Amino acid sequence: MDEKLKPAVSAMIDGLEATLIEFRDQISMVVAPEKIVEACRILHDNFHFDMLLDETAVDYWPQETPRFNIIYQVYSMKENLIIGLRTSLVGIHPHIQTIEGIYPNANWHEREIWDMFGIYFDGHSDLRRILMPHGWEGFPLRKDYPLGYEEVQFTFNSDEINLHKPYAKE
Amino acid sequence: MGVEQKLGHLGVVTMTLEQAINWARSNSMWPMLFGLACCAIEMMSAQASNYDMSRFGMELMRASPRQSDLMIVAGRVSQKMAPVLRNLYDQMPDPKWVISMGDCASCGGVFNNYAIVQGVDEVVPVDVYVAGCPPRPEALIHGILTLHHKVHGEKLAKWS
Amino acid sequence: MDGREQQDPLLDGMTHLVSSRALTGETMLLNMGPQHPSTHGVLRLLLELDGEIVVNCVPDIGFLHTGVEKNMEAKNYQKAEVMTDRLDYMNPIGNNLVYCLALEKLVDLDVPPRAQFLRVILTELTRVQSHLVWIGTSALDLAAMSVFLYSFREREMILDIFELVSGQRMMTTYIRPGGLWRDVPVEFEDAVRNVLKVMPGRIDEYESLLTKNPLFLDRTRKIGIISAEDCVRWGLTGPVIRATGVAYDLRKARPYSGYEQFDFDIPTHTDGDVYARYLVRVEEMRQSLSIIQQALDRLPTGPIRSNNRKFVPPPRSELGTSMEALIHHFKLWTEGFNAPKGSVYVAVESPRGELGVYLEGDGGPKPYRVHFRTPSFVNLQAMPLMSRGHFVADLVGIIGSIDVVLGDADR
Repeated sequence: MDEKLKPAVSAMIDGLEATLIEFRDQISMVVAPEKIVEACRILHDNFHFDMLLDETAVDYWPQETPRFNIIYQVYSMKENLIIGLRTSLVGIHPHIQTIEGIYPNANWHEREIWDMFGIYFDGHSDLRRILMPHGWEGFPLRKDYPLGYEEVQFTFNSDEINLHKPYAKE
Repeated sequence: MGVEQKLGHLGVVTMTLEQAINWARSNSMWPMLFGLACCAIEMMSAQASNYDMSRFGMELMRASPRQSDLMIVAGRVSQKMAPVLRNLYDQMPDPKWVISMGDCASCGGVFNNYAIVQGVDEVVPVDVYVAGCPPRPEALIHGILTLHHKVHGEKLAKWS
Repeated sequence: MDGREQQDPLLDGMTHLVSSRALTGETMLLNMGPQHPSTHGVLRLLLELDGEIVVNCVPDIGFLHTGVEKNMEAKNYQKAEVMTDRLDYMNPIGNNLVYCLALEKLVDLDVPPRAQFLRVILTELTRVQSHLVWIGTSALDLAAMSVFLYSFREREMILDIFELVSGQRMMTTYIRPGGLWRDVPVEFEDAVRNVLKVMPGRIDEYESLLTKNPLFLDRTRKIGIISAEDCVRWGLTGPVIRATGVAYDLRKARPYSGYEQFDFDIPTHTDGDVYARYLVRVEEMRQSLSIIQQALDRLPTGPIRSNNRKFVPPPRSELGTSMEALIHHFKLWTEGFNAPKGSVYVAVESPRGELGVYLEGDGGPKPYRVHFRTPSFVNLQAMPLMSRGHFVADLVGIIGSIDVVLGDADR
């Protein structure tokens, strides 16, 4: 771990009871979901982590507790350091606070997480679907959502698949 | 073209009305700009100076569907785009043709999942399919020449 | 004109984003729809116009959503790489590179130096090719049509090199985990040296057409200005932030694949408008050519792919004589290799900005979660900031200068 990261890491461990994961020289801090806004505020104001690079989510179905993990990557332009943050959520329709107030570009990232995973962000200014059509049902990137693939046509099943394929009329 | 071989030196050409109209239609087909994804870049390459498509009459790419007669669906059609595609197809005046360029437009391509329409022929009727991911500009031009060949064979009785 | 929101199909679900003047009809709502000659792909912009001036512009994306992230979870690590080419289709080798770098970091795989140098050469050629398309299409939007034909002529030379090396013009999938697919043929060096000889003169031609052209200057200066603080707050990277004066380039900040051995500058400019981004990208093309020159002159000999047979298939000549080679070959082509439990985030500098991959493995042969942090998705968020108060005709120039590729934004 980089020496310059130590102050930020120890502030998080002491103040917010975060745990540290180090894998392949990359740092990840696990925080409780209620404390995520405070963690981002500490990193942004005290340690100059001013750019949010990425915000994404993972689904661990069929494991129910925790079911989802949200991962943030924040970057400090001055010091050239990256810290990853992780929180875990339980339940089918979980809620978490938005960090749009600290990093404005979390707006579209959180809309995408809502669209793909169904995680609701409290306090978001404009939470609606971004990639799927307006009235789509379901959350595609969850592990219990089917891939939706069409059976491949070989010569032995080509005719029966053709019968069911919805070709367009004029 | 029977009689003109005898009368050729008089500057007279004879042909049927069908052949004349089909020849006029195929030599000045104007494509509509419908480049969606990677195949659009190969379509632009085919239009540019190295593989010039204006030799075949497609000088202009019209953005407006009301002024074009060929729709080259170049690229993958997602679930959100499919109604837009059908709308634009309906806005084109007759006679119109559709070339489905690339694997994603013909059959879904590499992407066999919830988000991509598996073949644009589920949305609009297609005349020529061009395979490739993305098809080379020469392959697209071959598809266009195939379409011209098909148009030459169209019959008067079929038009309403 | 009251109760307009119920009747207006343009606003499905977006009523809270337009000002109250739109709902009374004082300002006009115009849909710059998904099919438009100047939107560089399928992007829908909902414009709120007061006469010709843009009061607000709401981008609506998702028309090219391909479900790549979910589809990659259903395939092996090697098979999933094919889908990465088609995300940002102007930068297919860069996408392959970032996925392979993330995978190599996850499984701790080494890459021989010859493969690293060749990766650098191909990535920089891709950057030049992408900037050529950018200059052709954005000049075409601003009605300088001859630049389009010239830049595509140069691009054909670079696509011929890709075809020489991998057999495919665009979606090459040439960069594989552990190195490259196979070694470059003998004609590669001459072809690249030919490009290096011809390109600087051609870039001078484009500059002579555009840089001091009074019409181009009128249409691009003081348009679409964004400040450096806004860039950092909104996470914009790439030529957009470099045109505001911040020299943030991932090839210098977090170097990968041997970039620290090359000597190149990061072009910056201070105005932050469309013209500044144009100057930055043209200078970047020249710097890329200089990197390719250095890499080609110092190209080492040696193996082209790692020797670690747990992840890299053995050459076919060994299969007749060695039992371990046969077993490794069988295992890699049927089941694939397993990645450990853990997650990495790796980023490279694509022609649009920072392209990052978050890859999480779970001990099996398929990626458990792969997420692409794409620059066009993040850069497009700041479009309303850049376009308020400008005319509709300037909007076209602004979209061109951000250099959005919708396959990148929608994945």
